[in-house]
Amino acid sequence: MTEEALFRKLEAEEKNDEFIAVESQTFLQAAWKNFKSNKRALVGGIVLIVIVLLAIFGPMVAPYSYDEQNMALRNASPSADHWFGTDKMGRDIFVRILYGARISLLVGLVAAVVNLIIGTLYGGIAGYAGGKVDMVMMRIVDIIYSIPSMLYIVLIMLMFGASVGSIVLGISISCWIDMARIVRQEVKSLKEQEFTMAAFVLGASSKRILVKHLLLNAMGQIIVTVTLMVPQAIFTEAWLSFLGVGISAPQASWGTLAQDARSLIQVYPMQTVYPMLAICITIFAFNFVGEGLEKALDPKRKR
Amino acid sequence: MVKYIGKRIAIGILTLFVLVLITFTMTKLMPGSPLQSKNVTGDVLAKMEEKYGLDKPVAEQFLIYCKNLLHGDLGTSYKKVGTDVTEIISNTMWPTIRLGLVTFVLVLVVGIPAGVAMARAKSNKIKGVWLSALTLGVSVPNFIVALLLLILFGVQLKLFPILGLDTPMHYVLPAIAQGLYPISAVARLTQSSYEEVMRQDYITMAKAKGISGKTVLVRHILKNAMLPVITYMGPMVAFLLTGSVVIENLYTIPGIGKEFVNAISNHDYTLVMGITIFIGAIIIICNLLADLICAIVDPRIRKSL
Repeated sequence: MTEEALFRKLEAEEKNDEFIAVESQTFLQAAWKNFKSNKRALVGGIVLIVIVLLAIFGPMVAPYSYDEQNMALRNASPSADHWFGTDKMGRDIFVRILYGARISLLVGLVAAVVNLIIGTLYGGIAGYAGGKVDMVMMRIVDIIYSIPSMLYIVLIMLMFGASVGSIVLGISISCWIDMARIVRQEVKSLKEQEFTMAAFVLGASSKRILVKHLLLNAMGQIIVTVTLMVPQAIFTEAWLSFLGVGISAPQASWGTLAQDARSLIQVYPMQTVYPMLAICITIFAFNFVGEGLEKALDPKRKR
Repeated sequence: MVKYIGKRIAIGILTLFVLVLITFTMTKLMPGSPLQSKNVTGDVLAKMEEKYGLDKPVAEQFLIYCKNLLHGDLGTSYKKVGTDVTEIISNTMWPTIRLGLVTFVLVLVVGIPAGVAMARAKSNKIKGVWLSALTLGVSVPNFIVALLLLILFGVQLKLFPILGLDTPMHYVLPAIAQGLYPISAVARLTQSSYEEVMRQDYITMAKAKGISGKTVLVRHILKNAMLPVITYMGPMVAFLLTGSVVIENLYTIPGIGKEFVNAISNHDYTLVMGITIFIGAIIIICNLLADLICAIVDPRIRKSL
């Protein structure tokens, strides 16, 4: 074989063959791409945005307030004026459901924030400190965990009276437990990895290691847990109000609305169905988004 | 093993004590004395406070309460005059326990096979459908399921009776309503741990040794895959007990859950306290049992604590 045959000049279109065609992506870009390709999560996300917008702006533009009664128009069927009809006091059901969305989302939001702050800090400290501190902190968590949150909430509501505030306080007491456990586990395993050791050797302070290296790496898990906490909180509030021990009429939470309409369920079943649908759709949407995030934010997953 | 059991029991007792402490403190912090509404003043009030032991310092009241608790005495109901809380609980707990047991069995009988079937499903499409169904199962609150079943099968179609728990037919609707969430959760848990175990080397090893499919399934896969499900049984009992509150209200079952809501609405503090401690104790015991079963099945857990 001649030298000529072994070596030849590259053709023009062959010049870029060695170039890696896949665009480099940051972690968040890849996660977003994965999330977008997940149809269920995307639908859930869009539904959530619509619900949030309706809850914020709906009551502002609505022609009725949530407790405006119109005795001449009781139990009316849906019409152009009253989209979902009116209840036994002549109050517009659609507007009341919009107000209910505010209460539900507020409860969910507070639970999420408490969950995030207390749970992350508690779990982070326990996992980072390890040893005796960890043992004591986790035993405390075990104790709080094994008493059902319903019992705390009921006791708090007996103490402070039934209101949005006491429901939120009751939910806050126990909602951070799962988060604390997950963060602790995550921090404990991340702590063993080389990059933490490297940061320590370089003289980074404990606070910096905990926040910058450990918590940031546990972020995916944390976001998922927060998303899945919200529907639980919404459920708890609706459930208590439905039992008649939570928020009471004329205030309009979804549970209260369902409870209110229960006595008329054989005559006007739709009055119960609307708020129940609202609860189901919201919880469903949150769960879908949570599942989507879980898949998208897991760095160990092949993309 | 003995050390592990001892530690678990000690934690259980500590938890129960904390629960008693919390409920006691909260009832003491609540505004107003239970005797205020009785329109009594002066000597009569003092006499009544003496009778109920309310004139003693709080710490002493707590000690007395704990001492009575050890004898199984939870005090007297403030609202149902002359009735012991223990008596009310023992009168109302049986319907709750019966319904709870029926639901418990239903959850295991339906949830575990469903999870195994899901894990064994070959096509991804079928898996997707299963997953959506399970998400639906955990998303619909139990009171909504209960109400829908009540309207559809009880009121409209009149297929099942809906008041009380007199015949086996009475159990059908409340058990399904209560069980839907735990069934979905158990199926999900079974599916993921089954898939996890299937990937392990020892399963390939067992198959390679020529052990029959059935033996591999029961002795190697299920025994390992059931651990998370057993751990979940503790929280599941908690879920069924708290869920019974709303189910019993909807289906008019004279159980402990219905009594609990009544006690809350009536501000019957001693009764609320008694039922809280009772429910808490059952849950703590169930968690303990679940942990012990796990420790018996899996020697690794015994050593971890």
